[in-house]
Amino acid sequence: MERHRHIVVVLPHPDDESMIAGTLATHIQQGSLMTYVCLTLGEMGRNMGNPAFANRVTLPQIRKRELEEACRRIGIQIVRMWGYHDKMVEFEEQGELSVKIEQLLMELQPSLVYTFYPGHGVHPDHDATGAAVIEAVKRMPIQKRPTVHCIAITPNRKKVLGEPEIVNDINDFVEQKIHAIQAHQSQAQMLLDSLKKEDAASHGQHSTEVFWIYPFD
Amino acid sequence: MRGTKNMQPIQQERVQQLLQSFQNKKVYLHLEMTTGAYASHRDKSKLTASVFTKNTVIQYSHGTIAGNGPYRIGLKTEDGWVYAEGLTHWDEQEDNQLIIAGHDQQGKLMVCLMLSETPF
Repeated sequence: MERHRHIVVVLPHPDDESMIAGTLATHIQQGSLMTYVCLTLGEMGRNMGNPAFANRVTLPQIRKRELEEACRRIGIQIVRMWGYHDKMVEFEEQGELSVKIEQLLMELQPSLVYTFYPGHGVHPDHDATGAAVIEAVKRMPIQKRPTVHCIAITPNRKKVLGEPEIVNDINDFVEQKIHAIQAHQSQAQMLLDSLKKEDAASHGQHSTEVFWIYPFD
Repeated sequence: MRGTKNMQPIQQERVQQLLQSFQNKKVYLHLEMTTGAYASHRDKSKLTASVFTKNTVIQYSHGTIAGNGPYRIGLKTEDGWVYAEGLTHWDEQEDNQLIIAGHDQQGKLMVCLMLSETPF
């Protein structure tokens, strides 16, 4: 994996980062500085723990603490929470959000950004987040633009986007990834189930994470 | 953090008392129902659908919890109604807040009704 000085991760929900924790941990082990902007606190999540230990009122604060713990376990050095409301990212003024992201990228000058591939995120927050990041990068001067690695989870992703350009072997980080996922205590069972499902559909083992490079013209 | 206990099976009489305590006051309502954002992603035969309203101010003259569990709640407002069905759990609060939800077999929230004298 290529070494990067500073990497920015922009995702909407606490736990989105843990599904790519193998890749993020690999970067950090290589000495990269990582800033993670998490747009919401996942306050509309359906999982309250099983048995339930959260409720609609306490969930955001619980998920905030889970996020901080997961980031510690992955090794992410800087976490910024922007306080948008879960499910509502697409209803925010989109220009404003992408300007905010552009300012962040100009400030931090990362060489690599992780986000969702617009239109391939399944959850509307994923798509809106990805679209805002792409808009932000498009407005940057070409020589300052970071590479953008996108997560795509739609069933037809390979048909539409082709094979992923980035296939990261995360064999050495599987335990760390599971450990990060488990930090999201209220969501862990659901996450581990979907990891298993995703995996059975692709490789039969939890050893790779794949990304599509966003094609800026 | 408020909420001294975890979500508990609904105690109908206690909930009824709380509903009555909010009668004829301006209260903040959170009302929600959801299949989950991934319902149709996981099973194509399902439709992903959800609604919520948060911090809508209402005033009701008559509030009742009905059924033998799962429960239903109806609040009679000046010009209409607020209704929820499938309610299984509540969180006993120390202050003037009512948190009620319906959880499915896996413990996932499907429906939620909350009332509070201050915004959520």
